[in-house]
Amino acid sequence: MGKKHKKVVVLPCSGIGKVFGALARETAYELVERVRPGVATTTCLPLLVINDPEAVAKVKENPVITIDGCPKECARKSVEAAGGRVAKAHEAIKFYKEHKDLKPEGVAEVTETGRKLAEIAARELAKEVDELAAGEEK
Amino acid sequence: MDIQVAKVGVVSCSGEEIPEGTLCRLACRKVLDERPGETVTICLPLFIAGGEEERTFAQNYPTITVDGCDKMCAAKATEMLSGKPARSLSVPEILKKHGLKPPDKLRHFGAGEEAAVQAVAEEIAKAVDEVLEEE
Repeated sequence: MGKKHKKVVVLPCSGIGKVFGALARETAYELVERVRPGVATTTCLPLLVINDPEAVAKVKENPVITIDGCPKECARKSVEAAGGRVAKAHEAIKFYKEHKDLKPEGVAEVTETGRKLAEIAARELAKEVDELAAGEEK
Repeated sequence: MDIQVAKVGVVSCSGEEIPEGTLCRLACRKVLDERPGETVTICLPLFIAGGEEERTFAQNYPTITVDGCDKMCAAKATEMLSGKPARSLSVPEILKKHGLKPPDKLRHFGAGEEAAVQAVAEEIAKAVDEVLEEE
């Protein structure tokens, strides 16, 4: 068993122009606010871009799950550029591919269907949060 | 002959950790949607994760940055990694100027946040007008 962690950082894409960026963000909030409050936490991705010491320390000291909105993978690459460790990397589109009946819509924020999909995605990711917090990374 | 239409770049803080970050995104998105012929945007982390095309964004377009807190990530990242912004807007300053309270939630903005979104969008649109005039 690996090191136990008090926090697991869930970092979504910052995308401002694509529905899967909005889905990534909604999924991260669902985890942080409702599904795993107190364990799942997040930080502002742009803080990593400017090398903010607190944000950099957060992704260096805790395992990070990234949820990207497009293949450019800004979240994953930004964590790696800051010297953090990406424990799990996801693209939000995969949740839609697995649940084709829930097509997300909305760009700045997802609409009702996207919120339902984010709830499901967050529950799925909660297992990874639990494993990482317990030091049982696979 | 092609006619070059001037466009202004709008770079939003995404502030995942603070309500003002969501406010930034919604206000920027509103301006981008309402003025598609005059504005373009870029996802801020692409300055690091993207290629040459993304890093030259602020050299190709006069840029307005919109930040949600005093760390001013959008302004700093744009200047450090792409080029000096033409204007740097701060959401806390805009809210103060308009006598509005900052939002208190991270998502699912509705009627209670509409005035704040509208005020920030108006300030961005005003800055777009000013920058286009200077161009």
